Amino acid sequence: MVIKYFSWIKEHIGKSEERIELPVNVSTIEELMLYLENLNDKYKLAFKKKDLIKIAINKSYSSIDDKINNNDEIAFFPPVTGG
Amino acid sequence: MNKKFPKVYIKIQYEDFDVSKETQKLHHNLTGAIVNFVGLVRGHNENDSEQISSMTLEHYPGMTEAEIDKIVQKSIKKWDLTGITVIHRVGKLFVSDQIVFVGVSSMHRQNAFDACNFIMDWLKTKAPFWKVEENNNHRSWVSSRQSDQEATKKWES
Repeated sequence: MVIKYFSWIKEHIGKSEERIELPVNVSTIEELMLYLENLNDKYKLAFKKKDLIKIAINKSYSSIDDKINNNDEIAFFPPVTGG
Repeated sequence: MNKKFPKVYIKIQYEDFDVSKETQKLHHNLTGAIVNFVGLVRGHNENDSEQISSMTLEHYPGMTEAEIDKIVQKSIKKWDLTGITVIHRVGKLFVSDQIVFVGVSSMHRQNAFDACNFIMDWLKTKAPFWKVEENNNHRSWVSSRQSDQEATKKWES
């Protein structure tokens, strides 16, 4: 799967995009976030303010308990500030 | 309303836009009213406490256009319109630069006023753009405003 990061989440993690194989025992966004947080402190910091994190699956707004699979493009970003 | 209307144009771009040219493109033979909104870079930060010198906008290509299109399609269901244009800039912008253009044309003015307001309110809360404000000393990501969230509530009925 492809995971994209934007704004300060991207800056905390230190990359805008990465490709990973869907880890065993990960089937929801929440489980993916937990998996990433356990990788290192950069993810922990990026995901610290859970209530500020917006999620998209395949470029469509999604929620933390939505199911994911290995072909998905996942994105994590803060509340939007365009206009 | 004729099936070929409204004409919809959505564009994310680095370049500036020309308001009078974009307004001209919203003229169709059924058009009796055009309402434009133009958003600009303010010279102060979000708390109005510090001057800023520039701002950089990033977005999520593909999702941004899709989210704006969803908003535009909702506006078409609510109002009879003849044209809708949404242009949003990304990249580095300076004080007083134009950021966003929302232009709506319709047969009668109220539809254009309401649809323009509706599209802008939802764009602020749904379209994936992020602004970082810059001055000589530092940069800071703009946080979302509760008032923008509140503004969408008037369209929920």
